[in-house]
Amino acid sequence: MAKVTLENVSKHFVSKGSMEVIAVKDFSLEIEDKEFVVFVGPSGCGKTTTLRMIAGLEEITQGEIYIGDRLINRIPAKDRDIAMVFQNYALYPHMTVYDNLAFSLEMRKFSKEEINRRVQEAADLLEISELLQRKPKQLSGGQRQRVAVGRTIVRKPQVFLFDEPLSNLDAKLRVQMRGELKKLHERLSSTIIYVTHDQIEAMTMGDRIVVMKDGLIQQVGKPLDLYFHPINKFVAGFIGSPTMNFIETKVVASDSKLFVEADGFKLRVIEEKARNLQGYINKKVIFGIRPQDFSKASSPIEGETIEVFVEIIEPIGNEIYLEVKAGRDSLMASVDPKTQVASHQNILLQANLENMHLFDIDDERALL
Amino acid sequence: MKELYNLKLNPFYVHHPTLANIKTLLFDTIFFRWMYNTFFVAILSTVISLGASLLAAYAIQRLKFKTSGPTGLAIFFGYLIPPTILFIPLATIIFDLRLWDSLWSLVLTYPTFLIPFCTWLLMGYFKSIPKEMEECAMIDGASRLRVFWRIVIPLCLPGIFSAGIFAFTLSWNEFLYALAFISTTESKTVPIGLVTELVRGDVYHWGPLMTGALLASVPVALVYSFFVEHYVAGLTGALKE
Repeated sequence: MAKVTLENVSKHFVSKGSMEVIAVKDFSLEIEDKEFVVFVGPSGCGKTTTLRMIAGLEEITQGEIYIGDRLINRIPAKDRDIAMVFQNYALYPHMTVYDNLAFSLEMRKFSKEEINRRVQEAADLLEISELLQRKPKQLSGGQRQRVAVGRTIVRKPQVFLFDEPLSNLDAKLRVQMRGELKKLHERLSSTIIYVTHDQIEAMTMGDRIVVMKDGLIQQVGKPLDLYFHPINKFVAGFIGSPTMNFIETKVVASDSKLFVEADGFKLRVIEEKARNLQGYINKKVIFGIRPQDFSKASSPIEGETIEVFVEIIEPIGNEIYLEVKAGRDSLMASVDPKTQVASHQNILLQANLENMHLFDIDDERALL
Repeated sequence: MKELYNLKLNPFYVHHPTLANIKTLLFDTIFFRWMYNTFFVAILSTVISLGASLLAAYAIQRLKFKTSGPTGLAIFFGYLIPPTILFIPLATIIFDLRLWDSLWSLVLTYPTFLIPFCTWLLMGYFKSIPKEMEECAMIDGASRLRVFWRIVIPLCLPGIFSAGIFAFTLSWNEFLYALAFISTTESKTVPIGLVTELVRGDVYHWGPLMTGALLASVPVALVYSFFVEHYVAGLTGALKE
């Protein structure tokens, strides 16, 4: 078990037209021992490339990577003492499950007894003992997944790397495996770096989340920190489901209070938050609010409620999604399932002003 | 024309079945020696070509060095040079190596057309193996050579089989180099032996000639029928999960 340190790591590719593409730029991060860190971002954001650089499958263009205190830039993958689970599992199809699990131990010249002991131990832990003599193609998706994980834990490596390991599973199995991986992390108490594009996976599993976009780290933080205090519009939009509403508004002052004003509504900015906004009076900002921060109101309150026209109602059981229109702007609201609403009528929505977000219109950084 | 359609002269069945031609072939010529020679050359050159092609195809496909693309293309162009042109410079080399009239001259020259062929076939096959599997093995602690031996080769067996069968057939049937480089009767391969020893002047000994053609095709037919499943899998490519 060890900590992993990345210092100003960059990766440049030379693409076909000899154009240089920067996949990862100036990536610095310290991953603590036994920490579960998730890299998340849309496809092409550099998260997998970063993981592959840590694994030794991709050369590092610039910067340094340490596992523990050891600089690993020039150490080949096989000597880095890491283990990796691939998206398509990469099980060896010509070997039995037992041989798949034993392969890495054989390569490291463990004794027959030790290999047998460790394979049995891993198989028991993952409940695949009865599958040991099968070939990978005789296994279901979930079982293959377990074998792929088992292959990493037999070696007891310093760091585990997971590259979107759940994306090939169906939705139900994914939720189940998510829980199992988390339990596994607690039991092994090991350092795990996990790459996913699924923000829910990131939120539920990570001790810390690294949000990436275009090769750059946007924000690093605990799941709920990212949720409540996103550093810019991208993180705010990426974390949370359904995604946050963004509307272009104008900051206006009246009666020594600040408001954000759009075509169909005017909402008050609460006092603590108003302090940062003095320079923005009469300027445009992006107003952001999560669908969950709306609830149905019975009577209008100035600066807190907005009147909207309900276009579509989507009940999903534990909440109801409402697609509504406020003036020209479309909004998504998620309200209590017992709320009585009908489509094509006007209703009042109360906004939770504590949780409103404002972003600079040019560089999109958070203002509150 | 009349003669051609006269069924009495042109039978659809054998009037007088005989094994005499087989006897002539087997005992009046050194057919067994020719068979042995052909096997010797075909197997050795196939093995050499497969070994070289496996390494070449893997390197071109996986070790992405700068000239891997052009190298692959160059090998392909090498295959396009017709043997009728190539045998002249090859003859000089064989002569310099003092391998004239020796079976080793064939073992050495057949790979000139077998290696490009096998390399191209295997390149396509290697391409179909997921890269992650090799990367995973490397992280598991295997060196590049180990990965090749333990992961790539077993997964490529169908491809190796089909390349091998093709190479074997090509060298079994090869005519031109054998004709050019071999002159003594004892060193001949089956295709050359039959044509040079059973066509005397302008007299064609059709019976033994046809018998020779039949017997010589038996090994190839056997090889095909035993490995036909692997062979088809090798041509259609790859790994189904």
